[in-house]
Amino acid sequence: MTENSLDTAGRQAAADQASGARAAAAGPGSVGAGDGLDGAASSTVAIPPPSGGRPPRPTLGRRAVTFADSLWRPALVLAVFFAAWWFVAAREYVPNYLVPTPGQVWETMTTQWSELARHTLVTLYETVLGFVLAAALGLVTAVAIAYSRTLDKALYPIVLFAQVIPKIAIAPLLVVWFGLGLTPKIILAVLIAFFPVVISGVAGLRSTDPELLDLAATMGAGPWRTFRKIRFPNALPHLMAGLKVAVTLAVVGAVVGEFVGASEGLGYVLLLANGNLDAPLLFADLILMSAIGIVLFVLVEIAEALLIPWHASRRAGVSLTTS
Amino acid sequence: MTAAPAATGTAIGMSGLTVRFTTRRAQTTALDDVSLDIEPGEFVTIVGPSGCGKSTLLKIVAGLVKPTSGDVSLLQRPVRGPQKEIGFVFQKAALLEWRGARANILLQAEMRGMDRAQAARRADELIEMTGLTGFEKALPHELSGGMQQRVALCRALLHSPPVLLMDEPFGALDALTREQMNAELHRIWRETGTTVVLVTHSIAEAVFLGTRVVVMSPRPGRIIRTFSVELPAHRDYAQVMSDPRFDRLATDLRGLLGSAAANH
Repeated sequence: MTENSLDTAGRQAAADQASGARAAAAGPGSVGAGDGLDGAASSTVAIPPPSGGRPPRPTLGRRAVTFADSLWRPALVLAVFFAAWWFVAAREYVPNYLVPTPGQVWETMTTQWSELARHTLVTLYETVLGFVLAAALGLVTAVAIAYSRTLDKALYPIVLFAQVIPKIAIAPLLVVWFGLGLTPKIILAVLIAFFPVVISGVAGLRSTDPELLDLAATMGAGPWRTFRKIRFPNALPHLMAGLKVAVTLAVVGAVVGEFVGASEGLGYVLLLANGNLDAPLLFADLILMSAIGIVLFVLVEIAEALLIPWHASRRAGVSLTTS
Repeated sequence: MTAAPAATGTAIGMSGLTVRFTTRRAQTTALDDVSLDIEPGEFVTIVGPSGCGKSTLLKIVAGLVKPTSGDVSLLQRPVRGPQKEIGFVFQKAALLEWRGARANILLQAEMRGMDRAQAARRADELIEMTGLTGFEKALPHELSGGMQQRVALCRALLHSPPVLLMDEPFGALDALTREQMNAELHRIWRETGTTVVLVTHSIAEAVFLGTRVVVMSPRPGRIIRTFSVELPAHRDYAQVMSDPRFDRLATDLRGLLGSAAANH
């Protein structure tokens, strides 16, 4: 027992040091809160335990500082970009009917806001629905491929075929089949976003440590429990990477669908603006399209941070931006 | 501590186990006619050079690998398919990255559908017994190799299995941690009365822990000899290391393993 308690004390000291270092990095205000919680939970233990390896929760002020710190670099780059744009357009190095000034774009956006907002919502709806369906279908397909050799052989060619067929080429066909409504746009978004979900899902599910699966077998657990407790959580880091790619592609799918035949949506507005040589409207439209992609991407990133805080790619701390 | 087997007769019975792998190029015999009976409460250590099929032997007992021929029984029942009456510890801790130490231990209970409250109590007992107190919430990457292996050991013991199978459990640890873990494992074995089969290629580990040491030859794996270890049941690491009986046995084993390798 003596060697055991000695060893424990040694580890304790090391862990205390580590968590101390983390606490110091997280700021003095946060240490007290973490200690209080731990103390309450384990007042019966003689040696005060470390905070269980988790850094204490940062305070609100500290979080704001971290957020600002992660934001200034992309903000600076954007500011430089806008300044350059404004410089080129305002001095008419390029005629204004080709490249409008940021001011003109802003004016268009504010005066036509209600119209633009309506079209943005349409595209957003198509994109989100397409993405969600692609994620669900992709995950089911990935599970089928990862679990069954027969389905692997049967489904992979179809999945690959659906990926390599040019979406723009089949868009008119989909319009003929499903009309001018939302359906062809959603189908295109699904088709285009499906592939990365399947590939990342299969890679994730196959990356399970075979010893863990052996262990699960000796625990007498059925395939569903093994999937839920071991294989699926293990696949999440891969899967989230695939979902991030998929969500940005879903926007492309929806817009391509709108190009081919639509009476609303940002893709429709883009064609209209292009036909009328209305550069400010065209630019405003482009900005809104990009905004949809960025917002959805950040949402998936937040979901990732919440779902897999334990993963190596996330250990440096939860960042809300991609910088 | 709840000791498991009150049953009489062998805990593990192996007779004429042979395993052949057929690869594209050739047929390899991994195990050749291995027979061994293990009594309840025994601590059997299996030593042999790398690739002598000792890990395969454990997997056969666990029902994870089917032998080409021969019979295995666990607790007097023939082994067909994965066995639930065992705890298994690998060389890698094989922990779930996203779970804290305690949650990793409780995986065993969740997979088996054990009673929650009872499993939680047992987990706390084991955490205290193995010196993991204070690290219940620590994620695997925050733990040292020795601590990770303790978590794996707790997980394997959670359901109080009558048989514990260990495949080079301390092979990846540094020498000092390894000695500590040996001493702890010895104490846990004494306290629980579990039948343990431990595969290792450390002679010192085999002799210190085993009540019986089984020596295997390089591929094809055969049992060359079995030694009964004439050391007290209650062993202190430093004392055993300086015991002349330990020295003699270790020298014998080294000679045997050396000659086996030379003859190959």
